[in-house]
Amino acid sequence: MRDALLDRPVYEPEEGEIMEVSMGPHHPSTHGVFRMDVKLEGERVMKLKPVFGYLHRNHEKIAEHGAYLAAIPYTDRLDYLCSMTNNWGYVLAVEKLAGLQVPERAEYLRVIVAELTRFQNHAGLIGFLLQDMGASGTPLMYAFREREKILDLFESLSGARMMCNYMRFGGLRVDATKEWLDEVRALIALLPGFVDEFEALLRANEILMARTQGTGVLPRELAINASVTGPMLRASGVNYDIRKVDHYGVYDRFSFKVPLGEHGDVYDRYMMRLLEMRETVKILEQALKDIPEGPVMDPKVRLRGLRPKAGEAYGRIESPKGELGFFLISDGTGNPYRYRVRPPCMINLTILEDMCLGHNIADVVIILGSVDIVLGEVDR
Amino acid sequence: MLGEGIIQGLVETARNFFGSYVEKDRLTTVQYPEERLPLPEASRVFPFLLYDGKDPDAGLRCVACQICEKECPPRCIHIEKSKDKKPDFVGKMQVYPAVFDIDVSVCMSCQICVEVCPFDAIRMDKVFELSTDNRFRKLLYTKKELSKPNEYYQKIHPLEAAETDERRAKEAEEAKAKAAAAEAAAKAKAAAAAATPPVGEASGNGAAAPAKLAETKGSPQ
Amino acid sequence: MALPPVEQIKAQIEAGVPGASVTVILNGSPSAQHSLLLDPAHARAVAELLRDHSEWRLDYCTLVTGVDWPDTETSEKVKVRKFVKAADGTESEQEVDEVRKTKVPGYLEAVYHLFSMEKKHGQVVLRLRTGNRTDDTHVPSLTPVWRGAEFQEREAFDLYGIVFDGHPDLRRILMWDGFKDYPMRKDYVPPADEIPVIEVHS
Repeated sequence: MRDALLDRPVYEPEEGEIMEVSMGPHHPSTHGVFRMDVKLEGERVMKLKPVFGYLHRNHEKIAEHGAYLAAIPYTDRLDYLCSMTNNWGYVLAVEKLAGLQVPERAEYLRVIVAELTRFQNHAGLIGFLLQDMGASGTPLMYAFREREKILDLFESLSGARMMCNYMRFGGLRVDATKEWLDEVRALIALLPGFVDEFEALLRANEILMARTQGTGVLPRELAINASVTGPMLRASGVNYDIRKVDHYGVYDRFSFKVPLGEHGDVYDRYMMRLLEMRETVKILEQALKDIPEGPVMDPKVRLRGLRPKAGEAYGRIESPKGELGFFLISDGTGNPYRYRVRPPCMINLTILEDMCLGHNIADVVIILGSVDIVLGEVDR
Repeated sequence: MLGEGIIQGLVETARNFFGSYVEKDRLTTVQYPEERLPLPEASRVFPFLLYDGKDPDAGLRCVACQICEKECPPRCIHIEKSKDKKPDFVGKMQVYPAVFDIDVSVCMSCQICVEVCPFDAIRMDKVFELSTDNRFRKLLYTKKELSKPNEYYQKIHPLEAAETDERRAKEAEEAKAKAAAAEAAAKAKAAAAAATPPVGEASGNGAAAPAKLAETKGSPQ
Repeated sequence: MALPPVEQIKAQIEAGVPGASVTVILNGSPSAQHSLLLDPAHARAVAELLRDHSEWRLDYCTLVTGVDWPDTETSEKVKVRKFVKAADGTESEQEVDEVRKTKVPGYLEAVYHLFSMEKKHGQVVLRLRTGNRTDDTHVPSLTPVWRGAEFQEREAFDLYGIVFDGHPDLRRILMWDGFKDYPMRKDYVPPADEIPVIEVHS
């Protein structure tokens, strides 16, 4: 029975002519340079092949040519909306590989910046998704208004709004000041109100429900088998959140819920992001309450010229898009022998065809939007 | 009731529209070229080189150790060492960069050069309106364009600069004390065993240091 | 419930799949993530066993990585007895040092990281190796077992040239279709505009 899942569904046309459409790479709905070769029978999708690689720059090879430190600013450019979580995934893998310890304050600050990243990513994604559905501009601008406040915080902490380059193996580059933490506290006091508004804006909208409910259904078994991760997996009802499973960092100290979907359609994926934004605010409140004083960098760690013992390590975190992992093989020199990224966006695209078959071409746009891809990470 | 959700959403847009006249949180836009927000202290754009005093050539802190060149992830820094030497802020003779170029069209503003520099010689700038009509020549910054005085650094990163200046003043103080002690010891030795050529050379070095020191110490305050 | 140590997994695999030979590869780094080297002939059966095993249920294949291990040459000094002509013309048998070079053929490797979403444990690392780097670059595809491996196996094929037998749609994925070489291999030379290798200082 399990293997039956793996047979790709084929949509059989009843009659009519077949038209091939190349959607992208410069299609406004594809969130970057992404192309889909679609075969259509009328308006219905019969076949869909994702084509990408337009932004490929061989990130892995670049990182293999540089020292361990030099790869951190490059990870910012993977998923350029969430550079903080990308940094964390990489430094976590290096810490596992070299057996480094992280001071407690640094762990708390990592949680704070990662959850802020998650919040702004989800807000932005919902904005783009609704834009794809035809709610032009308004929700997106509301989302960007809040995102802007978070990016300003990132800038005053790390110096850059998007390419933060903030984390280091063994800690963080700079400490947060008391004023910065107070600013975050002031901001997260406003965030629940924003989520309420954002939810009320379109959640019960009849047009939106008609468009999204039952569209792009991803069954639970297929989601697991196709290694789908993140909010998309949880929308299909699988309770798998790496923050809960691995307890990396200090996530075991916070109480938060993992929202789960039931139907695995576009609407569930949209709601999943809204619900996760609420949980994120909860984690932020707890982290800001408990954050201890102390150093943010282990003074024993050599940033320049780190040479881990020969071996390998896989470190993974729950990024806003899904499981972001870094697999490193060291041969004892100053460069990683093998540096591999597990890009959640690219792997979540595996089942794009399965979700789109039989739907109208207009639905392809919102199904792709609900996957939440960033081409910097898909193509690397 | 059908349409209830739509009305609910329209209430939100109305609240945001009218709210933007009264609530500051709802109207966050500024009219950029005319109106500007202050940049935070930590904000960074591209690196520049620091010099002490008035003369960019004499006061340049960079000693052409080439650590930043090696550590730069996109390798946008190009340094050529000088043949001769000049004294640094503690009076030690050091080489200086004959050529120091940064290709800012390649630079990704990661700040790793600043982190690895042991001489406080390179820092991040805050100027971001750098567009030019020539993508090759005008985006390759040479030593002349990169050198900026310490006063400029104090203006753009006040807290960071204060910390650096304090540390450097302390280092200079220590070096001065050490040089004075060495000089005294040398004099005592010279007095004891008549003058010998190497001592004369050493005292010559020592003499150059205090003059340079006065300059460095003078500039931060 | 945690997974048993790799040695026990190896024993159970060998008991469960007749004829399969599994080698444990120890990992010297502090992460201590050891891996299992499978023989290509039984890899598919082993993968199915791991996925459907009632206690392990490794239903989630996170990561597929291609790794290139180029040919290496080891040289060792050996003492050989040889007839040596001395300066005065007489020949005598003597012990002479000779450098003997042995060429160790390289291989390409596909590394699979497995977790279990149902039991929430992990990880098990599987490795598959090709015969060499030139003509025998085939390994069995595990996409029929875990669909999540589909794009990543295509990527390993694209960038390393590992051919996954049984993959439903093995095409280039990141590079364009007409591209000839395998850019992630260690001996790849970019056509122009070479990337300099950063020399690492101590």
